[in-house]
Amino acid sequence: MTDQEIIERIDTSLAEEFELDLADMVPEATIYEDLGLDSLDTVDMVIVLEAAFKFKIREEAAIREIRTLGDIHNFVIDKYRRQDGAA
Amino acid sequence: MSLKRVVVTGLGAVSPYGAGMELFTDSLRAGRGAVRPVPELAAIQGLRARVAALVPELDAKIIPRKFRRSMTSMSVFAYLACREALARAGLGEEECRGGRLGIVLGSTVGSIAASESFFADFFVDRSLERMKSGLFFQIMNHSCAANVAQALGIAGRILAPAAACSTGCQAIGYGAETIALGKQDWLLCGGADEFHPLTAATFDVMNAGSARYNDDPERTPRPFDRDRDGVVCAEGCGILLLESLDSALARGAEILAEVTGFATLSAPSNIANPDAEAIARCMTAALADAGVTAADIDYVNAHATGTDLGDRAEAESIYRLFGDRVPVSSLKGHIGHAMAASGSLELAACVAMLGDGRLIPTRNLDRVDPECAPIRHVRGLEAAPVNTILKNNFALGGVNSSIVLRRYRHD
Repeated sequence: MTDQEIIERIDTSLAEEFELDLADMVPEATIYEDLGLDSLDTVDMVIVLEAAFKFKIREEAAIREIRTLGDIHNFVIDKYRRQDGAA
Repeated sequence: MSLKRVVVTGLGAVSPYGAGMELFTDSLRAGRGAVRPVPELAAIQGLRARVAALVPELDAKIIPRKFRRSMTSMSVFAYLACREALARAGLGEEECRGGRLGIVLGSTVGSIAASESFFADFFVDRSLERMKSGLFFQIMNHSCAANVAQALGIAGRILAPAAACSTGCQAIGYGAETIALGKQDWLLCGGADEFHPLTAATFDVMNAGSARYNDDPERTPRPFDRDRDGVVCAEGCGILLLESLDSALARGAEILAEVTGFATLSAPSNIANPDAEAIARCMTAALADAGVTAADIDYVNAHATGTDLGDRAEAESIYRLFGDRVPVSSLKGHIGHAMAASGSLELAACVAMLGDGRLIPTRNLDRVDPECAPIRHVRGLEAAPVNTILKNNFALGGVNSSIVLRRYRHD
């Protein structure tokens, strides 16, 4: 999967779960302010991403540093590549 | 301590006919039946019922996702009915947020569909890793009340009574008592429920669910009829906006009815079987609470669900108090039994009957059961001078409830 394909899968998964407009899903969009999510949504976001990419991320420390959609993209790409490498 | 008088200034309904009070009362008066085939029930082994009265699809997306994510359909029904009641009463966001307006709204249980969905996944590998954050808010007992309060910004009291089929009636009674005590000025009161096959099964296993009319759904349920064969489950939400008379007069609100009496009593003789003696005690207590006698009642809106034992017990107790003088009808033949919502939907219809002076008959009552006491049934839409109404609801668990409503008089 290319980085772009990963980003597209992230964006479509989150757009479907949280009823977001794909046009608003730019990398610099902040999770809380720009996309309008809250702490309950971020719990569900982890579950959505785990289902979309078949990995476990809930216990990853880096997840707490996420502020923007771009942070999610980078986090997932990194996790996906590491998992790929491990496999 | 002096008690405040309590009036109704708003009504809201989501019924098996759809959303809105006007659709609800127009359909009742037109004698439309709302029971339909539910083919997917055939896939459930051991369940004989194949019919129910379900709410047609509604556009839940008018509710912002932030509030909708923790709702199931019963909360959606409740939200829409509460919005309608507030609009009718002329109340808005400011009143909701001020702390003087609260909500008394219950359901039989939290969402069974949400529980089923969670456990179906959980039992695959006993993992909680896929559990969404909204689950608890959908299955808690006060799910409807909390969800509606959040969505409408209600800052007053929250009460979520749960007494199965007495829930709606109790919510309005407890709400009236809360306002009478001066604890709140406005309360959105009622019950809500969503259909799940388990609800139908509850009656089916006790041989109290209708199954003989699966091919002719509009002919069931049949309250007080010789050929009745049990309950047909329904869903929806009915809301009465209760207000202190002082508040309603001060703001010039239209007063639709006055709640004058309420009683809810346990019937400890049996957890499932109706008890005519206990029903009579409950109605008598409600009359006493209203300061009236049986002679003052112009119409009784019966609980009568179409079960063999329930209808007989209720007819006997009504006859004991009112003889064959007072018109009686049940609305279950139109809309089935909406469980926690039944009492408040039917009370909303009672307020409408007070308003236009026409009594709605018992649908599907073709041949009165000779085993039922000879009460005076309403057999067709009937113009009548209606000033005071007694309304009954009874629940599994031995929970009876009765409310007295009357046309508002300035005295």
